[in-house]
Amino acid sequence: MNAPDPRPVAEARGITKRFGPTVALDDAGITVRSGESHALVGRNGAGKSTLVAILTGLQRPDSGTVRFDGGPAPDLADREAWQRHVACVYQHSTVFRDLTVAENLFVNRYPAGRGRAISWRRMRRAAREVLDEWGVPVDENAPAGALGVEDTKMVEIARALSRGTRFIVLDEPTAQLDSRAIERLFTHMRRLERAGVTFLFISHHLEEVYAVCRAVTVLRDARRITTAPVGELSRSDLIEAMTGEPGTAARRAALTAPPADAPLVVRVDRLSGPHFTDVSLTIRAGEAVGLTGLTGSGSHQVAEALAGLYRPDSGRIEVLGRPVRLGSVPSALAAGVGCVPRDRHYEGLVPGLSVAENATMTITDRLGRLGTISTRARNALARRAISDLDIRTDGPDQQVSGLSGGNQQKVVVARALATAPDVLVLINPTAGVDVKSKRSLLSFVDRSRAAGRAALLVSDELADLRRCDRVLVMFKGAVTHEYAAGWTDHELVASIEGVTPGDE
Amino acid sequence: MNDTRSLVLARTRDLALLPALILLLVIGAVGNDNFLHRDNLLNVLSASSALGLLVLAEAMILISGNMDLSLESIAGLAPALGLMVVIPASSAGFGTELPTWFGLLVIPLTGALIGVVNGLLIVKLQLNGFIVTLAMNIVLRGVLIGMVSGKTLFDAPEAFFALGSDSWLGVPVSVWVTGLCFAVAGWALRYHRLGRAVYAVGGNAPAARAAGIRVDRVAWGVLVIGGTLAAVAGLVIAGRVGAVNANQGQGLIFTVFAAAVIGGISLRGGKGSLTGALLGVLLLGLLENLLTLAQVSSFWIQAIYGAIILVALMVARLTTGEAQV
Repeated sequence: MNAPDPRPVAEARGITKRFGPTVALDDAGITVRSGESHALVGRNGAGKSTLVAILTGLQRPDSGTVRFDGGPAPDLADREAWQRHVACVYQHSTVFRDLTVAENLFVNRYPAGRGRAISWRRMRRAAREVLDEWGVPVDENAPAGALGVEDTKMVEIARALSRGTRFIVLDEPTAQLDSRAIERLFTHMRRLERAGVTFLFISHHLEEVYAVCRAVTVLRDARRITTAPVGELSRSDLIEAMTGEPGTAARRAALTAPPADAPLVVRVDRLSGPHFTDVSLTIRAGEAVGLTGLTGSGSHQVAEALAGLYRPDSGRIEVLGRPVRLGSVPSALAAGVGCVPRDRHYEGLVPGLSVAENATMTITDRLGRLGTISTRARNALARRAISDLDIRTDGPDQQVSGLSGGNQQKVVVARALATAPDVLVLINPTAGVDVKSKRSLLSFVDRSRAAGRAALLVSDELADLRRCDRVLVMFKGAVTHEYAAGWTDHELVASIEGVTPGDE
Repeated sequence: MNDTRSLVLARTRDLALLPALILLLVIGAVGNDNFLHRDNLLNVLSASSALGLLVLAEAMILISGNMDLSLESIAGLAPALGLMVVIPASSAGFGTELPTWFGLLVIPLTGALIGVVNGLLIVKLQLNGFIVTLAMNIVLRGVLIGMVSGKTLFDAPEAFFALGSDSWLGVPVSVWVTGLCFAVAGWALRYHRLGRAVYAVGGNAPAARAAGIRVDRVAWGVLVIGGTLAAVAGLVIAGRVGAVNANQGQGLIFTVFAAAVIGGISLRGGKGSLTGALLGVLLLGLLENLLTLAQVSSFWIQAIYGAIILVALMVARLTTGEAQV
């Protein structure tokens, strides 16, 4: 290994950042040495995004300092100065899809010709030089939207390099790439590293950390747990650092499982679609099944297929022995499936309508004769949901957009429960809600088990999954592991990340 | 108790235009002795009834999250078609001379059919509603111009003009019909599941779909109802004028949008009430009447009318406190 450069290319020290009552970073930090690609890993909510936002000057830490090349970081308002020190290539590309590659490279700093007009000829030539210098095999005249994900990333990297930046944050760059494209991206990264570029690499795929990085920093619960050379940290140690649980931890006591003769409520048989292949699963009455996996593993889509929100290409879904029409929400509702969709703002709520209307939207055919809606019947149902779920609101007529995130989510749950479903599908129900609402939302999985419902809970939060009788893990579109209650964080995270434990 | 308070709040938002309306009535009463006369007020209502039907149609389409610019041409084409299948070739008809009832049936069916086509393009093919209905508007106007080729259709059975010219219990039939349409649609939008579905679809279509609402059918259905109402509005105009020509309805769509937006209908969908839309219609109707009574030069009336619409939009923005985007 090279002798450590005395001046790290980027350094954050003693960073604390709070958002209201939540502590996103607690005295955390990172030191990235020049020419030494560095991985930043941690479970969701560990503080990675906040640290990146602070390193790129998008957010001001409550306390702590950021330094680049030994000097203090520029003022937050001086974006150009920040751009000279650091650039971030986000998971979702920030190129202008309808502009050419050349124009993307020089947006807002166009080479001027005579009379300060933009000289397209000079811009194209300058673009070619930048692309050649960094070995980016892309036509400068192509529209950026026509490029593949991998080339788009390279254009974004070239854009940063052409501004003089030599420290680049890559936020989950491989999330949408297949394995060959990932290998090509890594080849580029290694070459650029030799040319003096330093990467901070964020990924959920731990194998990639070993493939391309030399050092790794692990965050957990807003704190820095460790920083070590990659070679000195085994896979098992890395997962331990992420979960805070040694690989040999005692298993938790199992939940009281539903009786083995409980009737089968859900049978999903060989379901295939663009996001998953050959997925089969069953859920018994009174059983809660967890489903988890990385973004892109297909776990969300399997759950949405059960709720009729996603249309698979083939396969069969049966609820209580009767087949359900694939890709039809009305059919799923009629079969007795209630769903809390993954994003309440997208599929969960109509913000301009009242709490009562949102909570009863699935049962408007039951609120009066011939499709009429009796306000009294509606409000009575809404009031019951408000007290059952402990929704904090002025009353059934309040606009749902005026509620807090956790209470909005409870309204979505009320909507799912209004039909008295036999099957409850919950997709990331605790995303973006406060701790207290989280607890009461999860208590709902327990209640639904007790009430003899079948529940499918999709989540990437271990605390959520612990409520389940079984947890299925998906990886790249297939169910790869199944754990009965009592799994350890270590083994579950390892299979979510696609790492075989003990694989040193 | 909280429920009633928020209900009152919602109601007041519907009635935000009432002060402006009362102000216009006072100005009119002070400025002109005939203004508050029963005949004049009935005249305002009957002159506003075609606009009212069009605004009703557009309001429902806007609430469902779409828009339809072709309504004004439907209001021209549909009655012309109905007339021309009935009247003889010597009166510029097609010469088919079908029975009157058939011609009267053709009118709403034409409107509905155009709504079906608009729905096919917007809902099924996912084309942009603005540009689709803009193009449709031009096509329909062109077909109308080609069909009547510069002539005016007036030599038609009485039945065609009854809706726009007859009275019942001393009140014009068109006012009864418009009022009834507003009452039925207003009730349905508030107390029927399909009406509430229109709000849900316009407010957040993916959420409506996840709640089991058949989003496409709702959006399409509203376009068909809107086309049908526009055709009826065309029949009202024909009755008032006693004829149909190639210009019928032309330029009306701007007033329709103005009335809807002044009345609190959101161009982004999911928001607004028919009470508000109706008040918007009445406001513009009274305004036009006042300008006429004040004997404003007909050369300037359009500029003043437009300027007042702008002022009304600003006032509505201030009183409702909501951005009209």
